[in-house]
Amino acid sequence: MRESVPRAWREAEYRQRLVGSRCAKCSLVRYPPRIICPKCGSREHEEFQLPRVGRVLTYTVIRKGPVEFSGQEPYIVAMVELGENMRILSQLTDVSPEDVKTGMEVEAVLRKYREDSDDGVILYGIKFRPRLRRKAP
Amino acid sequence: MRPVVAGVGMTEVGERWEEGLMSLSVKASLAAIDSAKVGRPQAVFFSNMMSGRLQAQDHLGAFLADLIGEAGLPAIRIEAACGSGGAAFHAGFSSVLAGLYDTVLVVGAEKMSDCTTEEVTTALMTAEDREYTEFVGTSFVGLNAMVHRLYVEKYGVTEPQMAALSVLGHENAVNNPYAQFRRRVSLEEVLESPYVADPIRLLEAAPMSDGAAAVMLTTEDKAEQAHVPYAQVLSSRVGTDAFRLYEREDLTFFSSVRRAAEEACRDASKTPSDMDIVEVHDAFTVVGYLALDALGVSDRGKSPEMTEGGRFGLTGRPAVNTMGGLKARGHPIGATGLYQVAEVYLQLTGKAGKNQVDRARIGAAVNIGGVGTTSTVTILEGVSR
Repeated sequence: MRESVPRAWREAEYRQRLVGSRCAKCSLVRYPPRIICPKCGSREHEEFQLPRVGRVLTYTVIRKGPVEFSGQEPYIVAMVELGENMRILSQLTDVSPEDVKTGMEVEAVLRKYREDSDDGVILYGIKFRPRLRRKAP
Repeated sequence: MRPVVAGVGMTEVGERWEEGLMSLSVKASLAAIDSAKVGRPQAVFFSNMMSGRLQAQDHLGAFLADLIGEAGLPAIRIEAACGSGGAAFHAGFSSVLAGLYDTVLVVGAEKMSDCTTEEVTTALMTAEDREYTEFVGTSFVGLNAMVHRLYVEKYGVTEPQMAALSVLGHENAVNNPYAQFRRRVSLEEVLESPYVADPIRLLEAAPMSDGAAAVMLTTEDKAEQAHVPYAQVLSSRVGTDAFRLYEREDLTFFSSVRRAAEEACRDASKTPSDMDIVEVHDAFTVVGYLALDALGVSDRGKSPEMTEGGRFGLTGRPAVNTMGGLKARGHPIGATGLYQVAEVYLQLTGKAGKNQVDRARIGAAVNIGGVGTTSTVTILEGVSR
């Protein structure tokens, strides 16, 4: 399916900056933002910036992806735990499948996901890579 | 008036190059109508997931009604991803229960071999959120693979245990004339098959299939008058769960199945231990196991061990996936839930042939759309005559 430009544009902020919502009543964080809280039913929410560091909860290696990802296989898709009851689905990058472990620390980076076509929209989003550790001083 | 299943029709599942979506649907429908002998249906519910993408054809309710010579009837298509069949059955059941119609035809069909694997993979992902799940490039098997990994880690399940449900399905499919794979596979073959999305192996995943299945629902009075074997529908219930998989609190339990199962058992005044046979949605072995756990025939995480130990064979209680399950009978998406109901009906009316389960009286079908997102539980009881 040809990617609609306004469709990509209206999701871009959430996808590229990890903007979600936090319920004003029960503090439940959802990503992308919700209009009504699935836990307590409140309709009051504030914008919430998701943490950019988390752990791999589970993952898989995609060997045959949707048509839009044709030619990119194999690649790693993971569920990343960013905090209590706060998860995201994302690709892992800068790591090969055999080096991925559940529980490994990862950090968010902005990356390209795909190009719709030569003259179509280019879709960016957050991927996670193994957390870079600063050298001890 | 308690609805009953008075007749069923199935086409052989497989790569049916010579048949189209509608010809398969018509053949299953006519077979169901002929076997029920309760006259013409008063309404049609059609189950299908992907015809808009795979055949560029929608509006299937009216199309099928016309093709079976019933233009004019109320005819509606129902969609709930891979759970479409159970959902359409629920709609048909509800309408007979309400007394709106005496006799309805519920038919499900999917024709997947018209498209490439890549196109079908893409179409299957419409079962999940396109913007935040498909967007990252996951396939449907990929989502299930992430759950498989968590399930195995949480409950300490071994690889042979995860493979056992596939071996069981193939064993039972040998005697099912409608099955896509009428042959056994060994545990070694499953464990040596390549990954389709780690850690799910090729022989732990249901195939792409073409097929159609139909059931005729009617009232007990009508079935009695027709002198046909029938099965009472004790309940048909539907449950749903958080839509985006990553938002589920517990990824290793299908709460949608549990909800539907609890309600269905309450309707039927039965418990999971009353089930003589169970048809579960083993699109991937992990999904079949999660369905068994949530249905309550096993403790959480225990169904793989029980399957490996031979507890669910044709002489077991319950006997599971007695005609092959999705893995070996095949998984023509929109038809699957109706194949399951038809298979339970065959068992409960003593028409299951070589795979007949001795004294099978109560049976359940668990059909699932998405990764446990929409689940239906149907409980039937055979009426001996």
